Amino acid sequence: MTVLAFTWTEFFQQVAAGVRDGGIYAGLALALVLIYRSTRVINFAQGEMATFTTFVAWSLMNHGLSFWAAFPLVLLIAFAGGIAIERVVIRPVESAPVLTIVILTLGLALLLNGLMSVIWGGEEKQFKGPFSTRTIDVGGVPISIQDIGIVSVLVGLVVVLGLFFRYTKLGLGLRAAALNPASSRLAGVRVGWMLALGWGLAAVLGAVAGMMVAPIVFLDPNMMQTILLYAFAAAVLGGLDSPVGAVVGGILLGLTIDLLGRYVSWIGSTLKLPVALGLILVFLLVRPGGLFGRVAARRV
Amino acid sequence: MGSSGGWRRGAYEAKNSFHNERCVAGPRWAARCRVLGRVLSGAKHAPCVLASHPPIATPSTSVILKGVLKRKVGLEAFAFGMLAIVVALLPRYLSDFHVREVAYVGIYLIALVGLNVLTGYSGQISLGHGAFMAIGGYTTAILSVDHGVGDIWTIPLAGLVAGAAGLLVGVPALRLSGLYLALVTFGIAVSVPQLLKKFEGLTGGTSGKILNLLKPRFGVDTTPNRWLYYLTWTIALVLLALAWLLVRGKPGRALQAIRDSEVAAASSGVSLATYKTLAFGVSAFYAGVAGSLFALGTSFVNPDTYPIILSVFLLVGLAVGGLGSLSGLVAGAGFLYYMQNHADAVARWADRLPYLSVDPQQPGIPSVVFGSVLILVMLILPTGVGGLIRRVLSPLTSRLYRA
Repeated sequence: MTVLAFTWTEFFQQVAAGVRDGGIYAGLALALVLIYRSTRVINFAQGEMATFTTFVAWSLMNHGLSFWAAFPLVLLIAFAGGIAIERVVIRPVESAPVLTIVILTLGLALLLNGLMSVIWGGEEKQFKGPFSTRTIDVGGVPISIQDIGIVSVLVGLVVVLGLFFRYTKLGLGLRAAALNPASSRLAGVRVGWMLALGWGLAAVLGAVAGMMVAPIVFLDPNMMQTILLYAFAAAVLGGLDSPVGAVVGGILLGLTIDLLGRYVSWIGSTLKLPVALGLILVFLLVRPGGLFGRVAARRV
Repeated sequence: MGSSGGWRRGAYEAKNSFHNERCVAGPRWAARCRVLGRVLSGAKHAPCVLASHPPIATPSTSVILKGVLKRKVGLEAFAFGMLAIVVALLPRYLSDFHVREVAYVGIYLIALVGLNVLTGYSGQISLGHGAFMAIGGYTTAILSVDHGVGDIWTIPLAGLVAGAAGLLVGVPALRLSGLYLALVTFGIAVSVPQLLKKFEGLTGGTSGKILNLLKPRFGVDTTPNRWLYYLTWTIALVLLALAWLLVRGKPGRALQAIRDSEVAAASSGVSLATYKTLAFGVSAFYAGVAGSLFALGTSFVNPDTYPIILSVFLLVGLAVGGLGSLSGLVAGAGFLYYMQNHADAVARWADRLPYLSVDPQQPGIPSVVFGSVLILVMLILPTGVGGLIRRVLSPLTSRLYRA
């Protein structure tokens, strides 16, 4: 790898790209955290669910819908799909060992991945995003409109979700059900439905992340697999219990990976994932609960 | 995984019962411990080791306990003997190709038995056992290709190298638990293939290394596939027996105590650091041996021989086999091998069902089949085949134990 001369312009462009990638990781990480908080499992199918809904968006756009017309439709479909998955696959084994549920989500991932190949074929598809790739000048640094658009959509989504959890009765119910199912049930919260709702919201988050990332990489059934890995790392870095942590962790991770891959030539593109995970390991040794997570004290 | 869930439930009970139970800690304590154990370990009827030792054991109960243990040991020895007989007789009735397939089931079994010591007994989740298999496989390849060590003598060395790597991982693992540990081990699974590509001088880079074909030794006259079969299953049975001795004895009790409650185990004098690291080392040793046999069986290694998904599939095999159950693991290993390689057979069968038309040749169909079968199996058998065996046998065994 040849090392190009360092320029501040390029550095800021890398930072912008890092924040954009980090935003996408954060979106998916937030989806993982939502499900983890309520069900205590990592949903291995999250990436495949996101890709599936992105394919649905691609089909709708192929039938002549514009991106912004397809967008709310896809979110609705994702929401319904997430709830359906929880009801059909996860609910029957609610009281089963955690490993069983994790393996179930893995089976779901395999199934969805295969279904996508069967329905849409395995080859890569061009996904036309809503934002132009033209650059505009931001304080002397050319940054693409696409990057700005993606980051603002994800920021908007996070803010809406935050307000929803903070200020609505339903949001309160969701938080209560995740925090203490037994007491919430006694207080009249329908915990079962809250879990399903959590899955639906997670699917919506995944769908947005998928539709944002698809114009950058090509759309194929395995599109989200690496991204899911980064999202998992981001969620752990932030503390699995903390939605704020997922967002911060995602953006930190995106920045670190992009800058390391660009400026440390020994790392390059092959080693940036191992190095990022190594850094997370070192960090976890200092703070075993992640950035914002708590280490649960257990009474015996 | 789910340790905090267990804590929440435990804490909830504790809050409700804290005032009136300080003297009579026995049964309630046991109940809470069982809840924790169930959540942490998965086994629905997870025996809680600590709870099974009541503070004051009358002589009669300990005598009964001894009798029960003897019978249980007898039952397990019987099952082991049956397995050994089946393994010895099977090649007579199978073609060379199918013998080779069953040999691979044996390789998966070795890895699963090791993973079960770690995840089933000590409750630590590893998503990185494919990496330990890779370390074992590459040790075998490097020793036999570059240093001329006889192929089968590299197997124990591969196990030791992987085991040492496991001990190394086990040390930082002491500070992490649940999904945090899962992520770190997954990081190892992701990193090892990249490192193998980076250090080409040692590993041969992307193209990997080609081993000599496995040939029968010690004057045994048989085909290479049958030799692989006998080699694999002999090692598998020996390692299975060793694992059984380990989990039945003091280390096994210590590991289960740690799984059920670290604090309780530590306060009963179990050294967390020793046993948790030990579990990592032992299970990595098993994975290394399995990886070594895998390399010998396929006669070459490259970074794709041990893909990242292998680590995840090993957990699949463990869940299908049933956590903490050695007998179910054979089924788990079989499931893993046949679903990965013969999903199209299931697709052909599904094609014959009414209203379904499935083209087994279409890309994506094997994934669909593997995924759906996996979902069905986990929905029908949430505690795996081991849980099923336990449930089927429980009328029989409980009568035996009552004696």
